[in-house]
Amino acid sequence: MKSLAELQAIRDKAKLELNMRQENPNAIRVLVGMATCGIAAGARPVLNAFTEEIAKRNLQDVTITQTGCIGICQFEPVVEIEIPGEDKVTYVKMTPEKVAKVVNDHIVNRNVVTEYTIGAYK
Amino acid sequence: MRELSLNVMDVAQNSVTAKASLVTIIVKESDKNDFLDITIKDNGCGMTKEQVQNVIDPFFTTRTTRKVGLGVPLFKMAAEQTGGSFSIDSTLDVGTTLFAHFVKSSVDMTPLGDINSTIKILIQCNPDIDFVFSHSTDNGEFTLSTIELREILGEDVPLNTPDVLEWIGGFLSEQSNIIYGGAKK
Repeated sequence: MKSLAELQAIRDKAKLELNMRQENPNAIRVLVGMATCGIAAGARPVLNAFTEEIAKRNLQDVTITQTGCIGICQFEPVVEIEIPGEDKVTYVKMTPEKVAKVVNDHIVNRNVVTEYTIGAYK
Repeated sequence: MRELSLNVMDVAQNSVTAKASLVTIIVKESDKNDFLDITIKDNGCGMTKEQVQNVIDPFFTTRTTRKVGLGVPLFKMAAEQTGGSFSIDSTLDVGTTLFAHFVKSSVDMTPLGDINSTIKILIQCNPDIDFVFSHSTDNGEFTLSTIELREILGEDVPLNTPDVLEWIGGFLSEQSNIIYGGAKK
């Protein structure tokens, strides 16, 4: 059973790691569109897949967050990736299956997965 | 929406936009009495009477990117198509309470779906807001309160720390197994 004591242990461990994580201006941001259109198109499993993949690879300095509707509902689920100093990349029609490739190629190795971007669909 | 839990995620987002600091989500269901009730209550900026009338209109939205807002209308439709009901109670500067009543055995009932995933994502994406989630069935109930979690974690460890999220996910699935009559401790 998940107990509150377990949570205390997590706290103590997290405090040790916290210093390096906190407020890093170079953090990579993964923004998942989570308005009505995104949710209906399946954004939730995509966000979960990003969380899992990034936890699995133990990537520091990557924050996953939700954003609203950016007006291209026909392309949902939409994911934007912001790496400081680089152009923002917009991935469209995302699925949990595509996530591993985006994390590996783009976030880790800094090669944009061109075939999943909005440019490839337009 | 394929699952009611997706409607909940969508509508709860309105509470976040309304600058709520506390969002309470209550799911009560009973096979014996054939209902499923969802209450979403926030302490956000609230709405005027006129705005409350407007939000159930699909062609009303406060957003500026487009002229339609389907979140609340879809949720209302999901409830009413089962023979249930839907209501919004809102007071300016006090908050908004949304209530949806579903007739569970209706052929038009949308399944609740993965509500735990919804709660986890809401906490993950809004670590500065408190969420209280309670879920009850004929077998029992449980509550997850980020207010309590925050007391244990202290100020330094945010709720969206990966290990904390994993704990939350594990807690939710264990508890819902119990109230759905699955694994017993």
